[in-house]
Amino acid sequence: MEEELFTSGRNIPNIDPSLQIWHWPISVYLFLGGLAAGLLFFAALSTVLKKEDETPATVKYAIIVAPIALVLGLMALFYDLTHKIFFWQLYTTVRIESPMSWGAWVLLFITPLSMLWVFSYWKDIFPKMDLRLSFLEKFRLFLAKNRMKMAYVLIPLSIILGIYTGILLSAFNARPLWNNAILGPLFLVSGLSTAAATIILFSKSHSERSLFSKIDVGLIIIELALIVHMIMGYWAGSEVQLEAMELLVNGEFTVMFFVFVIILGLLLPGLLEIMELRGYKVPVVVPAILILIGGLVFRFVMVEAGQLTRYLY
Amino acid sequence: MRYAMVIDTKKCVGCSDCVVACQTENNVPIGYCRDWITERVEGTYPNLELELRSERCNHCENAPCVRCCPTGASHIIDGGIVLVTPNECIGCGACIESCPYDARFQHPDGYVDKCTFCHHRLEKGQLPACVSVCPTKCMYFGDLDNPNSEVSQLLKARKHKTLAPEAGTKPHVYYLI
Amino acid sequence: MQYCILVIDLRFMGTSRRKFIKISALGFGGVAVAASTMESLGVNAYLEGLALENSLEKLKQTATYCEVCFWKCAGWVHSDNDGNIHKIIGNDIDPHCNGRLCPRGTGGVGMYTDTDRLKKPLVRKVVNGEETFVETSWDEALTLIATKMKDIKSVYGAESFGLLKHGSPGSHFEHLFKAYGSDSIAEPAYAQCRGPRETGFGLTFGSWVGSPEPTDIRDTKCLVLIGSHIGENMHNSQVQEMSDAIDNGATIITVDPRLSTAASKSQHWLAIKPSTDIALLLAWMNVLINENLYDKEYVEKYAFGFDELKAHVQQYTPEWAYGVTTIKPEEIRKTARIMAAAAPATIIHPGRHVTWYGDDTQRARAMAILNGLLGSWGRRGGFYFKEKISIPKYPHPPYPTPKWGWEEIGEKYPFAEMGITNELIQASIPSEENEYPIKAWLVAGTNLNNSIPNKKLLEEAIEALDFMVVVDTMPMEITGYADVVLPECTYLERYDGIRSATNREPSIALRMPAVEPKYDSKPAWWIAKQLGERLGLQDFFKYEDFKEVIAWQLKQMGTSLEEMEKIGVKKFPRESGPMYLDEGQDHEFYTDSGKIEFYSTALESQGFDPMPKYTRHPEPEPGYYRLNYGRSPMHTFSRTVNNPNLNDLKSENDLWINPKVARILNLKKGQYVWLENQDGVQSSFPIRVRVTERIRWDSVYMVHGFGHNNKKLGRAHGKGASDTQLISQVAIDPIMGGTGMRGNFVKILTENPAKTVEV
Repeated sequence: MEEELFTSGRNIPNIDPSLQIWHWPISVYLFLGGLAAGLLFFAALSTVLKKEDETPATVKYAIIVAPIALVLGLMALFYDLTHKIFFWQLYTTVRIESPMSWGAWVLLFITPLSMLWVFSYWKDIFPKMDLRLSFLEKFRLFLAKNRMKMAYVLIPLSIILGIYTGILLSAFNARPLWNNAILGPLFLVSGLSTAAATIILFSKSHSERSLFSKIDVGLIIIELALIVHMIMGYWAGSEVQLEAMELLVNGEFTVMFFVFVIILGLLLPGLLEIMELRGYKVPVVVPAILILIGGLVFRFVMVEAGQLTRYLY
Repeated sequence: MRYAMVIDTKKCVGCSDCVVACQTENNVPIGYCRDWITERVEGTYPNLELELRSERCNHCENAPCVRCCPTGASHIIDGGIVLVTPNECIGCGACIESCPYDARFQHPDGYVDKCTFCHHRLEKGQLPACVSVCPTKCMYFGDLDNPNSEVSQLLKARKHKTLAPEAGTKPHVYYLI
Repeated sequence: MQYCILVIDLRFMGTSRRKFIKISALGFGGVAVAASTMESLGVNAYLEGLALENSLEKLKQTATYCEVCFWKCAGWVHSDNDGNIHKIIGNDIDPHCNGRLCPRGTGGVGMYTDTDRLKKPLVRKVVNGEETFVETSWDEALTLIATKMKDIKSVYGAESFGLLKHGSPGSHFEHLFKAYGSDSIAEPAYAQCRGPRETGFGLTFGSWVGSPEPTDIRDTKCLVLIGSHIGENMHNSQVQEMSDAIDNGATIITVDPRLSTAASKSQHWLAIKPSTDIALLLAWMNVLINENLYDKEYVEKYAFGFDELKAHVQQYTPEWAYGVTTIKPEEIRKTARIMAAAAPATIIHPGRHVTWYGDDTQRARAMAILNGLLGSWGRRGGFYFKEKISIPKYPHPPYPTPKWGWEEIGEKYPFAEMGITNELIQASIPSEENEYPIKAWLVAGTNLNNSIPNKKLLEEAIEALDFMVVVDTMPMEITGYADVVLPECTYLERYDGIRSATNREPSIALRMPAVEPKYDSKPAWWIAKQLGERLGLQDFFKYEDFKEVIAWQLKQMGTSLEEMEKIGVKKFPRESGPMYLDEGQDHEFYTDSGKIEFYSTALESQGFDPMPKYTRHPEPEPGYYRLNYGRSPMHTFSRTVNNPNLNDLKSENDLWINPKVARILNLKKGQYVWLENQDGVQSSFPIRVRVTERIRWDSVYMVHGFGHNNKKLGRAHGKGASDTQLISQVAIDPIMGGTGMRGNFVKILTENPAKTVEV
């Protein structure tokens, strides 16, 4: 028998017996960040490809969610800081090695940019509300003219933001569940998928909906493949990674992970979307909402379970 | 200069004096600790091995906590000591997540706290509080770059290990086994 | 909060007249809860921490010696001018600690900061028909005690007022009691702890082992520990020297049914079947003698009764011992040869807490004889000749001679050398044949409820008392039974007698107050003096401040208070000669024969076995496990469990259970269980299970001192189980009256047995 224990009575709040440093705000933030990244990516891509007219929800309407999600996400992030009055220290330095620093800087640019983007479509979004002050209208026109430039900037920024939500976790060598290279792309794909679901919810155009249903099915297939890949990665790993896998496959988080993330969050909505594309009557709201819930639960599972995993020595 | 701590598990009795001494020296609040004792038992009665270890921040050469800190609050000073500047720390928790040894914690005031190798004592030419108080004298402290230092000599002469070497952090706390 | 009136409670122990009062503050519960919540969040400590950090002033260093345990290490208290104690650091020149205090000494600051301390004198009164404690002034409390002392003296004689004590406060009250005319004094340190080894070694070598033990561990080549847990007991210099011995490559042999910390450091751990130690010791003698491995010159020159011993141990072969102890004959032979090869630098350690099975003096004798055969007494790496310097007595009139005292009370036990607590307690129960009736107690610095086995007897005695005073720093359980409770200040806030203990070199240490006494607490010397004056014994207390006594004594010794304040510890040259015997040197031992007595004529004359024998002791019935108890290095008995710093290290004890037993009983690590002993006594509180290979399948183990039931001990109350509570079978050592406590057996209950019973 092997036995390992603290004999000096260690019981530090939020550290013992396992980490509880990052709470629900972080999960919410990762979800909202991924969602906003996806929305901005699709809007920018559509603009670059000059498909604005075919994808009105993508570029004008669903995109409203992006700045809201980013602001809420930032608020959640700020809420989980424990030494809040020093938050400004984030912007006194650029730390290339710190994903958190990258994220802070990306958010500093992408959040106002997303607002400007939405503002540039003010007339389309709020046709009944005129911008009374002429300089605002001038500014809006200026933005609308430079939309293409914004789109070129947003594509890399949104990809960085989407990947960053995963890398924030995967950069921690100390947490075996997080420490794999798949998590970045996986969270990016998951973010894009939740964005596609949001666009489907906002879109009134059948062609746009079916385009994003197709995209989403593709994303779901990629996401499932990445999840299989991730689990295979644990399986081939060391003892600590096997223990991490156990949490998802045969442990505390198995029900959450399989029922809410895999089945209800990916397989079922994917199936419903395929059925809809094949002409069956499926209310589009259902798969879209399932995907959004699945994406949120996925981040809760990863954040919480990851903090239970650690090195053994 | 590379400071290192060498702890002889053959002598440590796990009395936890290092923990209290740290607490009183550094005003660590009750309920928290910067160092602690781990006991490991292997085997079947009566063929048993028992290891007692005084653990703390390993002041890693390859410190993940320093790399992941978004503000530079976690930093390495001369001698390889990893420190946190409270007024630069935003309490994001990234360094706590990054530490394979769970050696960091959130001070009740919000900033992240941990072992400093009693940096303030070293400046005065004193040993870290835990080392200076240990009744079994199982803890040694010194400069790895000096081949004649007690720690260098001990590591040369005795079999030793570091904790979680597979994490690749290059700890500066060594255990004689 | 300390100014509010303490009142009322609540729970009654059976139908006892002397109701157990849990000291509680009525009406201030909300504040207390809020305060403790703040504390649990670390807020208070944190604020205090900030306060400390902000004070950049230079810290004052005050000399003290520690009172958290009996080792009494000297140190320096670092405090600021606002009365905050920052830390306590060992005195570098002190032979007890060599500049390194143990965790309890380092954490001694918690004794001072503990907000659960006794704060005001309390008197038992009847309020609204209920017995309760009421806060009172020192004057009222002291006058009441003095009146009772006079009453007892006039009705029964001063002898009937007993003193039960421990540690430094005890000596001040001992002086008071002797002046008052009572020598009915006892302390658990003897009959519940080290008594048998003092008697056993005394009978063999003519010398007590004493404290600190004169074991030359730092220079030993072979250290043999028999149920002695150096490293779990933090007897500081012993622990330090064991570490030195490890560095020096000494062989350590540990005999213990449990893998103790010391056992884990040993090259040879003999996992002996509990209660069979004497068999192993006799078999070792057999090997040493029959293989001619003993120190022939030494034995011939200094020992008495070798031939009798040789004949006596022939029956105890290693093969015989194997059947008794489960230790293989070759292992017994091998370890005996290792001991002999290292001799005389071999120590068979006398142990400390040795009241186990009732034949403990004989086991101590066996260990002493083994040391004699190896020639280690008075030899480098064995036992050195210890020396201490005597402290001049501050002048006072001669003490009156009591008609009877501790010796008469313990007369059934001819070799008792100190008061026997359990006999004094027995003498407090009225009966016709009781010639030495005890009617009142003063209890100072000892929590009898957690040190005296056989709770029933203790409660019966307390019930019968006319009057009882308890002096303590903390609201220990025993305070709940008192008529008057006096709050003593901690060692950090007072002067005490000069420490002088046996060592390689004589030394003295000073204790002076580092800070003012907190709350309304007072030093024991002041309490004793105040009582003495009220009893008309002012001639025995001719000083305003105990400082004057110390100053006078130090002057007599050629030093001064001023010097001692600067150095804390002073060493004196040896005067009794060298620490070790020279080769062939003549030496007279203080025994009847003047020699090391392998064969004890003193024991024989009183009808005891002149040489130790093996006797079988009770074993557990099926379903029961032997209750083994021990020490944790972070705590001293039950005294420190509430200390915030030390409680932080260990707040409850665990029940060690072998994995095989856990499998049979379906117990899981971390689960809470209750215990019931062979007499149906149940543990008041649950204890957490630790499944570990470190314990045998026929025993369970827990650290002593937990399971406090006084709610006023905020951190300690209800945490863990009390081993003392479960010790109802006591095997009395017929030679010296020690209480053997290792013959109790428990079964493990997974449900709370008290659930259905009215509490």
